[in-house]
Amino acid sequence: MAQPHFKNPIVRWIDYRLPVFSFMHHELHEYPTPKNLNYWWNFGSLAGIVLVVMIVTGIVLAMHYTAHVDYAFDSVERIMRDVNYGWLIRYIHVNGASMFFILVFIHIFRGLYYGSYKAPREILWILGVVILLLMMATSFMGYVLPWGQMSFWGATVITNLFSAVPLIGDDIVLWLWGGFSVDNPTLNRFYSLHYLLPFVIVGVVVLHILALHRFGSNNPIGIDAKGPQDSIPFHPYYTVKDYFGLGVFLLIFAGFVFFDPNFFGEPDNYIEANPLVTPAHIVPEWYFLPFYAILRAVPDIWFIDAKLAGVIAMFGSIILLFFVPWLDRSPVRSARFRPIYKQFFWVLLLDCIVLGWVGKNSPDAVFHGIPFLWIGRVATAYYFLHFLVILPLIGIFERPKPLPMSISEPVLKGGGQVSTGAHAKPMEKA
Amino acid sequence: MRASLVKLMAAAGFGWAILASGGAEAAETGDAELPEMHWSFESVFGTYDRGAQQRGFLVYKNVCASCHGLRLVAYRNLMDIGIGEEEVKAIAAEYLVTDGPDENGEMFERPATPADRFVSPFPNENAARASNNGAFPPDLSLIAKARLGGADYLHGLLVGYEEPPAGVTVREGLYYNKYFPGHQIAMPPPLFEGAVEYPDGTPATVEQMSEDVTQFLAWASEPNLEQRHRMGVKVMLFLIVLTALAYAVKRRVWADIH
Repeated sequence: MAQPHFKNPIVRWIDYRLPVFSFMHHELHEYPTPKNLNYWWNFGSLAGIVLVVMIVTGIVLAMHYTAHVDYAFDSVERIMRDVNYGWLIRYIHVNGASMFFILVFIHIFRGLYYGSYKAPREILWILGVVILLLMMATSFMGYVLPWGQMSFWGATVITNLFSAVPLIGDDIVLWLWGGFSVDNPTLNRFYSLHYLLPFVIVGVVVLHILALHRFGSNNPIGIDAKGPQDSIPFHPYYTVKDYFGLGVFLLIFAGFVFFDPNFFGEPDNYIEANPLVTPAHIVPEWYFLPFYAILRAVPDIWFIDAKLAGVIAMFGSIILLFFVPWLDRSPVRSARFRPIYKQFFWVLLLDCIVLGWVGKNSPDAVFHGIPFLWIGRVATAYYFLHFLVILPLIGIFERPKPLPMSISEPVLKGGGQVSTGAHAKPMEKA
Repeated sequence: MRASLVKLMAAAGFGWAILASGGAEAAETGDAELPEMHWSFESVFGTYDRGAQQRGFLVYKNVCASCHGLRLVAYRNLMDIGIGEEEVKAIAAEYLVTDGPDENGEMFERPATPADRFVSPFPNENAARASNNGAFPPDLSLIAKARLGGADYLHGLLVGYEEPPAGVTVREGLYYNKYFPGHQIAMPPPLFEGAVEYPDGTPATVEQMSEDVTQFLAWASEPNLEQRHRMGVKVMLFLIVLTALAYAVKRRVWADIH
């Protein structure tokens, strides 16, 4: 890369000693980005922005919050009622968590559709799954902090899962709680970790971006840039596109914050935690519902009891994602050129939505004569079937459509000026 | 690309529909569907109805407060619903709070001031249960947000008392309410025609009092709703302009690429 020349002498002086300006110049002006990225590529940067929003609002909330079982609930209500704009900050934080998961889920499905996890971006994908796991841990512990009924009972149910571990399970649970039930020590350690983990996420996000910038973004066609005619500098093209996307996203976000701030919440969490009263239905936050459905779907399997099997399946459903780059054998990245995979992608998405719906309902509830337990079982089985059987088999038997020669070719089909070598024969892909 | 967007939206819409239907099923813990109310505070520009809030406060004070606390709301907050400062002082002074210790180390009782939170009718849960046939009347500070159905449910509950249908036996000390989950509620019908006398001359029907006290309790649960709505409208307008401008800039910057 050419060393940029800065006009400002102070910038030049600093950059000679600490090349931050060269770094910014390189990442923004020289970093080549495929010219054909669509709006599904906005969600990564949006998720990054929401992470910052969550950290900033979270730090302010922490200034007013009291992590003690006797005061936590009231301190949150004090924020809502007496702290200047406390309601705004808390509602941004609460809805921001839901927004973060919506963005990240879309980001993940974008990756699955366009094969963004394939070589040479496997580590990029793996780091993304690590971020998802960290997000789940962080949001779970954050949900406990207001010390409402769902906070308490959700924490009790989820920490109890670890008791399924053979031999040492009960000791693990005692160790997690710091006592004999979810109580003050639990709340304190969850608060401590809820403050720590977002910064760990920031660290992994930096690695995620580092890995991304090694080979640059994948693109909707899924073929590598063949030369300078295929790519454009990140700035101003994608900064302005991200900026517009941010505006649309903020409209939706603000719509929830200002006009339906409790849309994603459970009414029970406005009742202070009471260890003596169990709510009629303990439901996790909506973004955990598909995993909750998997947890409850699994029956006793041979010598493994249902609880342990459910826990294994639930964690397995995420751990599985680590292996997706190797489970998918197809050399073609984008589903646009994979007629069979494309169909199964939509089935998988539907399956995940069904799992979420099952997670929301009690297992003994009935939908048109079918118990939810069985809908959950079928959907869970399909989830694993997709990744462990269907995905590898499609890679072997599917005949992909011919790939275009270059990124510029289909882009220029719609008109505009023709650049060099854009109209070549499509390459036959076996 | 367009096609996949449409497909995704269709899938999301489908998911939304089934999630919403699941929620609706859960809301009907009783068989009866809550009467659909149109509250003044529900819409984007919605505000509380000051008159109804003030009447609702009277209902709370004269009826509900004998069993239900409102511990997160302070007397000074009543000024937000248009009750004058002197009147708020007088209302607060009707209640006694424990303060201290004084210079002799003794705790003492003094009349409440506007800075104090609403004094609860019972010192603790056990005392509340002892006076209420074993049942615990919940604090109402957050009740409109802490129940499925929110304001609709509160209003439904207050007007939902009726004779049990044939074949249903109601346990000793409980009352039949068509909107209460399980239908058997420990709270006796709290409202009866003329239970309070409204200074503005509004006839105190059960329906009227129920709507009024619901307005008051909705405000108690979400006192910043009006400020939130006002700010929200401004924020949305700003974001619409910003996003439109961003789109124009985007089109312009990209003009040489397409």
